[in-house]
Amino acid sequence: MIISGAELNNKEKAMFALRALYSGHGFSQFRMTKFEEFDLYAKNRDFMDSASIITFTDTDGKLMALKPDVTLSIVKNNRHIGNDIRKLYYTENVYRVSPKTHYFKEIMQVGLECLGNINDDCITEVLVMAAESLDVLSENAILDISNLDIVSHIITEANVSKEVEEEIIKCISEKNSHSLSKICAENNIIDAKATLLQKLVTIYGKPELAMPQLEEALLSEAVDHADRAVFEKALNLIKKIVKAFEGTGLEDMLNIDFSVVSDIKYYNGIIFKGFVEDVPDGVLSGGQYDKLMRNMNRKSNAIGFGVYMDTLGKLSKLDGEEVVIRG
Amino acid sequence: MAKKDMLNVALPKGRLGEKVYDIFERAGFECPSIKEKNRKLIFENEETGVRYFWVKPSDVAIYVERGAADIGVVGKDILLESNPDIYELLDLNMGKCIMSVAAPKGYVDDNSRTLRVATKFTNVAKNFYTSIGRDIDIIHLNGSIELAPILDLSDVIVDLVETGTTLRENNLEVIEEIVPISARFISNKSSFKFKNQQIEKVVKAMAEKVGK
Repeated sequence: MIISGAELNNKEKAMFALRALYSGHGFSQFRMTKFEEFDLYAKNRDFMDSASIITFTDTDGKLMALKPDVTLSIVKNNRHIGNDIRKLYYTENVYRVSPKTHYFKEIMQVGLECLGNINDDCITEVLVMAAESLDVLSENAILDISNLDIVSHIITEANVSKEVEEEIIKCISEKNSHSLSKICAENNIIDAKATLLQKLVTIYGKPELAMPQLEEALLSEAVDHADRAVFEKALNLIKKIVKAFEGTGLEDMLNIDFSVVSDIKYYNGIIFKGFVEDVPDGVLSGGQYDKLMRNMNRKSNAIGFGVYMDTLGKLSKLDGEEVVIRG
Repeated sequence: MAKKDMLNVALPKGRLGEKVYDIFERAGFECPSIKEKNRKLIFENEETGVRYFWVKPSDVAIYVERGAADIGVVGKDILLESNPDIYELLDLNMGKCIMSVAAPKGYVDDNSRTLRVATKFTNVAKNFYTSIGRDIDIIHLNGSIELAPILDLSDVIVDLVETGTTLRENNLEVIEEIVPISARFISNKSSFKFKNQQIEKVVKAMAEKVGK
């Protein structure tokens, strides 16, 4: 079969390129139907807002949903993993309410998930795959990484209500240090912890610039011994990832950014977000979600990411790119 | 500087926007053509690498969130109402007022029935009354909010109160303060990454000028 590059648009080329990238690295394709039982989302309503799901009643009376998300379906369908690592990728359309327009939207998502006995090497491999995905899409891309365990530890220790916790996370995600200090003061969060949160919000940049600043703030003698142990472990994992990127040609893409946050009830450890030039929104996001696995009674751990194909612009990097079909 | 690398700044039309531009100017990001009397909407200075444009205050956050502007200045009221996905990098401590609940003088809330609330800030009002567990009927208005309780269109209003003069002249008073409001310096998330040095430079200079 011969297909000329002119017959595919750049988004289709990108999709095939990503699929080839993932299958070339030993990930196998996971296919699913467009429908899922609504119950799955009702049980995990904090993970996926069940009010923003399109539902219908099947012929047997069962309430069904047009899939708003892929991760929950993958976890649901992979029960017995044992000591292995299951490496999967997907190309799926999901249906959910756009936070910008407040209308339902069909979103094309390509992504991968690793489930099982996830170790540091596996986490690093997923990060490199995320960077390589961005490299397929654009000549100028940035991958921001964070370790949620640090923010999560500080917030949990502060022992605040769920509402205050949400406010703090929102401020962190907006790099809003002025409101953050106000919330900390109003909720009697001790100065040392409030200062740490402020630092986490403002430190941003290449690992060689950001890491020394983070170490100075988080690992100083003034920090409580038990806290320091948690922070050190979290920073070491980031360092390991940064080291693994050396020599890949993708190291310039990495930035440390602790304003990348996710719901601490479901996510933990390394989380990340990818941006490409001239696209105003993040185009890739992912992270470890061991806590979601526990919520769904799974013993194993997991990490994954999704690329939001709809957010991508013209993808001029793929203009004129030739398409070769092998086999 | 290439046009593509210039920093696009959305300023809110009106008095606040003019005051904000003055701070940009004092911080070293001047663009003299902006002060010329004409109907132009876009002004740029290639030397300082900035391009300013005037937009309706309530639209600044949309321009920034969608990346048409890299940075902008907007009232916290708009951010609370539309909840855009942006970075809020500075509180400029200007355009200060308080989002408040106001009612006719001597008003006593009757908890046994739904409270009728007239406001421009539907989401702010909803969130506030949900947080205190009060059942309300929202009446969305686009202006002259103070008229609503006078004509018995609503029981109370949720609106910005600066000096309180309009309220007093219409025999209304603040019965509850919801949240203090001021102008905020915001940035598009993606621009913050790709134009990081330029944006950090502006933030630093602005912070110095507003005494942070």
